[in-house]
Amino acid sequence: MTMTDTPFVPRDYSLTGPENARAVAAGLASAEWYHSDVPRKVMKDLMQRTDGPAIRDTILWLGLLVVSGAGGVLTWGTWWAVPFFLVYGVLYGSACDSRWHECGHGTAFRTPWMNDVVYLIASFMVMRNPVSWRWSHARHHTDTIIVGRDPEIGHMRPPSLGMKALAFVGIPDIWLHFRILLRNAAGIITPDEADYLPESERGKAIFWARVFVAIHLAAVVWALVSWSILPLMLIGGPRIYGTWHMVMTGLLQHGGLAEDVLDHRLNSRTVYMNPISRWIYWNMNYHVEHHMFPMVPYHALPRLHAIIKNDLPVPDPSIPVAYAWMIRALWRQRHEPGYTMTPVLPPTARPFRAELHDHVPAREGVA
Amino acid sequence: MTWVSVCPEGEIDPEDVIRFDHGGRTYAVYRSAAGEPFATDGLCTHEKVHLSDGLVMDDTIECPKHNGRFNYRTGAPLRAPVCVALATYPARINDGQIEVDL
Ligand code: FES
Repeated sequence: MTMTDTPFVPRDYSLTGPENARAVAAGLASAEWYHSDVPRKVMKDLMQRTDGPAIRDTILWLGLLVVSGAGGVLTWGTWWAVPFFLVYGVLYGSACDSRWHECGHGTAFRTPWMNDVVYLIASFMVMRNPVSWRWSHARHHTDTIIVGRDPEIGHMRPPSLGMKALAFVGIPDIWLHFRILLRNAAGIITPDEADYLPESERGKAIFWARVFVAIHLAAVVWALVSWSILPLMLIGGPRIYGTWHMVMTGLLQHGGLAEDVLDHRLNSRTVYMNPISRWIYWNMNYHVEHHMFPMVPYHALPRLHAIIKNDLPVPDPSIPVAYAWMIRALWRQRHEPGYTMTPVLPPTARPFRAELHDHVPAREGVA
Repeated sequence: MTWVSVCPEGEIDPEDVIRFDHGGRTYAVYRSAAGEPFATDGLCTHEKVHLSDGLVMDDTIECPKHNGRFNYRTGAPLRAPVCVALATYPARINDGQIEVDL
């Protein structure tokens, strides 16, 4: 990994500020992105949908949730509850994100209603509006880490490492997402949401926000009536005490990498991970591959990786190594926010396509 | 009626799609699992991505960009983020050639 230093210009990460218009004018919005070559027949095979892997994983996921949750309830008040809730917390507060993500793409299962049901359950757990986030994530794929366009930029510069640390206990995420749910439940759609959410979908977004808020409120009432935090250990609470794995893997997706480029090899990161993390994360550690070919289901990503890896940056060999590189870059970005990691391509790879970025004017003077 | 020849029948696998450019426009031409031909506009109504890079499953075409889906027989949008229908065109097999009425 090498690092390059580019002049820093303060950015406005909102979707309604001047950066949006500048990105559009610069040709960065809905642009043509770099893709590694994959023959059509091979890609067709990789894209094939099947219910088997996701049914197996979902039975295992829900089964383990029931067993660990029941274990936690039965041993509540003793130290035995700790390991049960450690497992329950990660299955609820972390695995929900990857299920939300894959089922949102509609690639996890072949059968549409199965995707939709798991998507709703996971959206509830992760506290995201199941309607508006579908659209927000579509935009994240169209304009990945394009400032002013991508509503899901997790690393705004200069980075706040304190906020990143708090993210491991879910605080900023819950603050952000539950507020959105509350606002939507009150019938309010913000201008940022309106930028990607079509008019026809807004009623549905408000309906589901009300359902999700009502269930969380019921858990709070149950906790008050029973004068115990146990209901909140089961509902909502795992987004605090079990979210660390989702944050640990999620921060690696784009952290320290480039903004405003049209080549996912420059702004996304693939990391080799242990099998348990890959199961919790549903193979999203192959993140460059996922962004380049979002129609390939999670269970086929290792195969896709094997096919195109000679055209991709060398993956980080483990989570700790990836963190070492990312933290180094984030640390420098605190004082030099223009600092960007440039991944190293193997000699077999086609070079980063400068011509895709040549037409992008310098963005000096953006306030 | 202007029937335009697209390609020999065998050039599109069953349950697959190809891109077909004609008269300054781009189309997607399909064959169903049973081998019948179909044709629609070539670009997704969501963000103008070529559907020919997508996946044909049963009666649907899935867009490669955001996994929106259309019924390629009727053009109906089936899955967000697509909301607007695709234009469809009559297609037939004539003497071993796939033809589309543009
Ligand atoms: S471009 Fe086709 S679904 Fe978005």
